[in-house]
Amino acid sequence: MNKDIIQPPEQCNVAIIGAGPSGLAAATELKKLGVESVIVLEREAQAGGIPRHCMHSPFGLREFKRLYNGKTYANELSRRAIKNGVIICLKSSVIAINKGGILELSTPTGIRTLIAQKVIICTGIRETPRANRLISGQRPMGVLTSGALQSIIHLKHKKPFQRPVIIGTEMVSFSSLLSCRYAGIQPVAMLEKNARITAKWGLQILAKLLGVPIFYKTCLDNIIGKKEVEAVKINIGCAAVKKNSEAIKKVLPCDGVIFTGEFIAESSLLRMGHLDVDPSTGNPVIDQFGRCSDNDYFATGNMTHPVETAGYCWKQGRQTAKQVYASLKGELDQYQRRIHIISTNPIIKYIIPQILTLTVKGDYQSGKHITMNGFQIRVSKAVKGRLSIRSGAKTLVQKKINSLPERRINLEFPSSILSEKDDADIPLQLHFENR
Amino acid sequence: MPITTQDQKKQKTAHYDIIIIGAGSVGCAIARKFTLEGARVLTLEKGTDILDGASKGNSAILHTGFDAPPDSIEQSCIADSYQEFMLLRDKLHLPLMKTGALLLAWTDDEADQLDSILQQAHYNHVNDAQRLSAKVILNKEPQLASHVKAGIYIPKESLIDPWTTPFVYMHQAIENGAQLICSCEVSNGKFDGEKWQLETNQGKFKATTVINCAGLYGDLIDQQLLGWSAFQIKPRKGQFLVYDTPANRLIHSIILPIPNKISKGVVICQTIFGKLLVGPTAEDQDDREDTSVTTETLQMLQKKGEELLPALANESINASYAGIRPATQFKDYQIHYHNKKNYMSVAGIRSTGLTAALGIANYVFKQLQKEKSLYSPLDTIIYPKKLNQIAECETRDWQKEGNQGIVCHCERVTEREVATALEDSHLPINSLDALKRRTRVTMGRCQSFYCSARLAEITETYFKRPIALDIGQGKENE
Ligand SMILES: Cc1cc2nc3c(=O)[nH]c(=O)nc-3n(C[C@H](O)[C@H](O)[C@H](O)COP(=O)(O)OP(=O)(O)OC[C@H]3O[C@@H](n4cnc5c(N)ncnc54)[C@H](O)[C@@H]3O)c2cc1C
Ligand SMILES: Cc1cc2nc3c(=O)[nH]c(=O)nc-3n(C[C@H](O)[C@H](O)[C@H](O)COP(=O)(O)OP(=O)(O)OC[C@H]3O[C@@H](n4cnc5c(N)ncnc54)[C@H](O)[C@@H]3O)c2cc1C
Repeated sequence: MNKDIIQPPEQCNVAIIGAGPSGLAAATELKKLGVESVIVLEREAQAGGIPRHCMHSPFGLREFKRLYNGKTYANELSRRAIKNGVIICLKSSVIAINKGGILELSTPTGIRTLIAQKVIICTGIRETPRANRLISGQRPMGVLTSGALQSIIHLKHKKPFQRPVIIGTEMVSFSSLLSCRYAGIQPVAMLEKNARITAKWGLQILAKLLGVPIFYKTCLDNIIGKKEVEAVKINIGCAAVKKNSEAIKKVLPCDGVIFTGEFIAESSLLRMGHLDVDPSTGNPVIDQFGRCSDNDYFATGNMTHPVETAGYCWKQGRQTAKQVYASLKGELDQYQRRIHIISTNPIIKYIIPQILTLTVKGDYQSGKHITMNGFQIRVSKAVKGRLSIRSGAKTLVQKKINSLPERRINLEFPSSILSEKDDADIPLQLHFENR
Repeated sequence: MPITTQDQKKQKTAHYDIIIIGAGSVGCAIARKFTLEGARVLTLEKGTDILDGASKGNSAILHTGFDAPPDSIEQSCIADSYQEFMLLRDKLHLPLMKTGALLLAWTDDEADQLDSILQQAHYNHVNDAQRLSAKVILNKEPQLASHVKAGIYIPKESLIDPWTTPFVYMHQAIENGAQLICSCEVSNGKFDGEKWQLETNQGKFKATTVINCAGLYGDLIDQQLLGWSAFQIKPRKGQFLVYDTPANRLIHSIILPIPNKISKGVVICQTIFGKLLVGPTAEDQDDREDTSVTTETLQMLQKKGEELLPALANESINASYAGIRPATQFKDYQIHYHNKKNYMSVAGIRSTGLTAALGIANYVFKQLQKEKSLYSPLDTIIYPKKLNQIAECETRDWQKEGNQGIVCHCERVTEREVATALEDSHLPINSLDALKRRTRVTMGRCQSFYCSARLAEITETYFKRPIALDIGQGKENE
């Protein structure tokens, strides 16, 4: 069964961890730029990442100007990578990352080591399962995330339950609705703790069309059933986070629970390794080149930020490849002065990159190297106000915002941070003022 | 290898020396002991797998018994078991992590109790237990909160594998001739003065002696078979939080609380599976089956954990679970031999049964043999070959050649391990719970986000209740 699995070599120019859209895009781009050996390490038996089991959304428009479903898109990505000379090693799981680009792998033939000049980490995101949400109740079978549901339905043509309840109303929650419909599963309800859906307005109509009620301001209280899910207890009228004593409790019979969204980085490799990690999000700390705290490591795709589409990650992967290429040639080595951007306001959930690296001019930009376009910021609740980046008392850049949670906010990089003689170790602050 | 109807017929007409009711940690160790001593043993377990009761969720500490009630049966069984475990460990390939424990005082009041606890430890022959100052403690475990006052170091407290250990006991029993029937619930029985006949959902079984190891149902089995019970089971739930692998580097020793009447305090320790455990609580309840967790309690555990080990605040939670201790109204174990009825009750093995199982088995054997020796020990004892190891202190399958690749990435469980477990001829697997205990699948941080599709496929024909059905199938069932 392992005949067509390629064994990873002992050395390469660039090793890419993860064959999702971002990893495959970066690999293909590196080959196009002329890098000799580009190895993609993928722990699954197929390349393609998450889109392999996403059947519904439009894929490929940005990249290939054609409409694919997730599966055909995933195949197209790997076909193009292989055609350009990328080597994809399947069933090769990266177990540890070390200084000097030394990767430890588990493969069907046991442990191996791969030494790469540069490494790109593209391990993506997953959803927050039941345990991290500290949900009450027994632990029966049939409690899943939407990723698991999609892969069971679309990869194996099976279904784990018949009448589940869906927790959350993100994009992926509605995508689960469609997967359910495909498999002949009739969800009992969708639960949303806020007063409106988290996904873009309009999608609630889809739930209506499919005959699935959305319960707003409702939390999951308890999962009932020992071996199999028998029902869930829900709290109707609970305040956004804190449970309200006046909430009405109701038992909703069902035979499964789908936890959707609340995406988190698949970053245990990082947490156990030597790279700096943002402790609250698990994302690697990167600069505007996508470079981690060790110059030999880069990160790209959804592992670096909250969920974005496959097309976005593909584009980001391609961009990162250009910086890795520059880095291979030694062009980025001179840029070592890193300035942290810090924020103490809990409203700010993410800022990426977390670091700007100064180039020789004392600026962070150098005409030669393409960097990210600007900061990506997300807030933890619906807010109106002004975002600004400050250096001491000086405002470097600012923007008015009116944003919901889970929406991407772009903020341009300041045109200049400091002059060369300033002390580069003083962090910049990200401020938010309510309006 | 499924049991054929022919085998079943044989089991029913056969006459056993011993029938053990219940294959928890205790039943497994007793089955092993009596088999090696030459008895013909049958174990009946109502669960679809062994370890389906109190034994499925514990802290997996190999206790020294330093704090066991002095002069109790519990203390002597723990001490005996600890020694025997160390003797058997190499031969049976039982994984062990020698971590040591620190029993810590966080207030002056608690510190005042340390001397008497130390005295008790020495009285219980745990002579290497010693008092440590806050400075030494913080030196040993720098991540602990700095407000620790003082503590006692118990070097021999250790961690073991809660599932493989009893599993190996049962495996050795079976390799030496014992039999085990799962999904077989004892509902009644009669003693005719010479032998027992037990009624189950799988028919009747005959034996000279019955040993009740039914854990949380110990009193009910006594009532059914003897007509009365000397004790009453008082189920006591313990909830746990499991932190992900990166958290286990934060401490090395087992961190124990000072027992206190109002709150039990929580233990923080690594697991042999490379995680970090915070718990258990001690909650009395009537229900013998209700292992539900509650948000409030899990939050309390999280808070408590962060209070003692502040760095936990940045670590992510992997799982939560609860176990139920078969406590009784008494403090000590309830081991009663009703010699006129050839009946032994082994119950109330509250919170040390994983450790004490080997010692309990020796104790029970001695009680039965008090008057005359009944069996002649096996001439040659078979030691099972090393089973697949799921403990992190052992070489795991993913590190070996020919593993066929990883299925469960978080816990690094390979295709070969799953296939081997599913094909086990001694203890067939027919539920996801059983597969978890043999391989650790789905028990990691993603809780099956990545592996459930593949698992649904490979386990399809094995489970009584499959992970998923073919699309189209469910509709026909309706
Ligand atoms: C449930 C779910 C549904 C989604 N639905 C959509 C959708 O419909 N449309 C859309 O545009 N986006 C969707 N997304 C967003 C999705 O994350 C992106 O589309 C895209 O897949 C991100 O690409 P990536 O390369 O960053 O990561 P991924 O696609 O996640 O790829 C990461 C790859 O890394 C591999 N990997 C991880 N760790 C290791 C390791 N240690 N060693 C080796 N390999 C490793 C993984 O196996 C995987 O193949 C969804 C996300 C989820 C979680
Ligand atoms: C929270 C917690 C933490 C613990 N921590 C530790 C620790 O760190 N170290 C340690 O040494 N111990 C620990 N323990 C204790 C240990 O788990 C128990 O002492 C031990 O599991 C009890 O085992 P048992 O075999 O007596 O009972 P059980 O495991 O309950 O076994 C009884 C078996 O009998 C079966 N049964 C019941 N009725 C019938 C019937 N009618 N017919 C057939 N079969 C039947 C049940 O299905 C069950 O499998 C802990 C326990 C808990 C709950």
